[in-house]
Amino acid sequence: MTLTAIVIVVVAAVLIGAFGIRFSSTSDFYVASRTVSPLWNASAIGGEYLSAASFLGVAGLILSFGADMLWLPVGWTGGYLVLLVLVSAPLRRSGAYTLPDFAEARLESMPVRRTASVLVVLIGWLYLMPQFQSAGLVLRTVTGAPVWAGGLLVAVVVAVNVLSGGMRSITFVQAFQYWLKLTALAVPVVFLLMAWHADGAPAVSAADAATWQVPLAGGKEYGLYSTYSLILATFLGTMGLPHVLVRFYTNPDGRAARRTTLVVLSLLGAFYLLPALYGWLGRMYAPDLVRTDAVVLTLPGRMIGGTLGDVLTALVTAGAFAAFLSTSSGLTVSVAGVIAQDLLKGGVSSFRAATLMAVAVPLALALWARALPVADVVGLAFAVAASSFCPLLVLGIWWRRLSTTGALAGLFVGGGLACSAVLATIIAGPYDGPAGALLAQPAAWTVPVAFAVMVSVSFLTPDRVPAGVARTMVRLHTPENLDLDRGDWRSRSSDGS
Amino acid sequence: MSPEPRPARRAPLGRHDTPRRVTVTSPRTAAARRPRYPATREIDEQTHLGEVYMRSLLRTQFRLAMFVCTVLACVVCGLPLLFLAIPELREWDLLGVPLPWAVLAGLIYPAFVLGAWLYVRQAERNERHFADLVERP
Repeated sequence: MTLTAIVIVVVAAVLIGAFGIRFSSTSDFYVASRTVSPLWNASAIGGEYLSAASFLGVAGLILSFGADMLWLPVGWTGGYLVLLVLVSAPLRRSGAYTLPDFAEARLESMPVRRTASVLVVLIGWLYLMPQFQSAGLVLRTVTGAPVWAGGLLVAVVVAVNVLSGGMRSITFVQAFQYWLKLTALAVPVVFLLMAWHADGAPAVSAADAATWQVPLAGGKEYGLYSTYSLILATFLGTMGLPHVLVRFYTNPDGRAARRTTLVVLSLLGAFYLLPALYGWLGRMYAPDLVRTDAVVLTLPGRMIGGTLGDVLTALVTAGAFAAFLSTSSGLTVSVAGVIAQDLLKGGVSSFRAATLMAVAVPLALALWARALPVADVVGLAFAVAASSFCPLLVLGIWWRRLSTTGALAGLFVGGGLACSAVLATIIAGPYDGPAGALLAQPAAWTVPVAFAVMVSVSFLTPDRVPAGVARTMVRLHTPENLDLDRGDWRSRSSDGS
Repeated sequence: MSPEPRPARRAPLGRHDTPRRVTVTSPRTAAARRPRYPATREIDEQTHLGEVYMRSLLRTQFRLAMFVCTVLACVVCGLPLLFLAIPELREWDLLGVPLPWAVLAGLIYPAFVLGAWLYVRQAERNERHFADLVERP
């Protein structure tokens, strides 16, 4: 039955992709976007944002490490609050369609644009890799297939979908994915709680009640540092995720962008109430799991069993595959768009080659790299985003004296340090001792360093402040209904391909 | 506005001991109420006044954003410290749920939404004020 569920989700995705061809030109996407209401738009953001890390990973990490991991979903939601107050409306008003677009619009510099492009690709790959690994894990858990099969399946479906131009262009499909994922976690949890109640409503063991259930009680080394670093990475990294930003463009104006973000916060808040329940139930009923990412899939079978258990397992599996497909598609389109536009020549053939690159590299990484917990790797992608794009966006939007050289230096130092820490952790980590903690959760030091470099180099190079900064500030901050001269910059991503 | 032109303008008056008397036929209201330069044009032409308008908008919105971020930082960074400083808090129960779980896995989400809603309301109000200011006839 679970196999049937996977087949249904995959076939539905392919069919929607095939029918999407008719609606796939970019201009259609923009025309459709003008009529999208904040609720639909927010559902679409939620559908794209809630990845395997949210659907499977959070519950697994809570099962393993307890209360300290509750910060992960808190940060993934709270990141949207920071995004709302610091960047959402100005970003929409900038007219930028991608992060490199914003870099170019604000700093009027091609080197900054290219650096931003490289960082988008790195963050996208880092985010895609654990999606493919989790797909392998899920397929192995429910069917016993070899671990590479699931990743390959998702990668192929995503590549076919993106190449045929479907899926992505339809806000409705991404919006539907959010509600599917919410249902796929919410319905089983009701039955699980009923089973738990029928079981006499047991509590966690006395040992767990003393340590696991308690924050900062020694589950991990350097707990306080790790907690703060995690908070910083997730709260500041959300604004730098390439597939999230692109959705803000589908708002009609800055005011709608704010309202959409408010709805996103509500939808994510509703969703993230659930993984903690799975983690907590898993601690009692499935403490023996080796790969704890599978706890969401395992619980219905263990606690309920029978036909109902099978049906519920099929439902969560379908939700998990929906999570892989929607997040991977969104990421692949963003990464491929940036590769095609900024690193290759542009045009349709470049986009095809770029799509293959966007999928193949993280797939190879997924098969070759050690399997870290999915939420940990996604957390590293957030750390890179927080150390590079967060300073660029925040200073770019609010500080007139940001210079081209300063932005470039900040992106190089912040992004470079975070990427090095991430690579060291993925390839050879985890390390012991304080150095290990600094490398596994780099945000607490790389984010301040990135901000400091960007600000101080800007102060040293006042002659490299872009000439049109006053006009850009008018465009970023004034409401659209005012009749003002906002300059004539237009995103190159929106009129090409 | 440098003070130099004024003596120059007054100079002719000095030459006559008493200014010639004229009959006031109508108050000079039309001349006094010279058509105002609209603020949107000051902004478009990047005059000093236009810059002042833009800086006031940016400062208002930035202060609001910083206020929300500061409250958020105090709550989010304060919670781990609070749990560390007062270990008994970790043992407390809220309706049978341990306090840290009740806060981090439940109550904090509606608090985020409430904060976001208040922010959106105030940010839109700031923009309305700015629009009233620059579009005032």
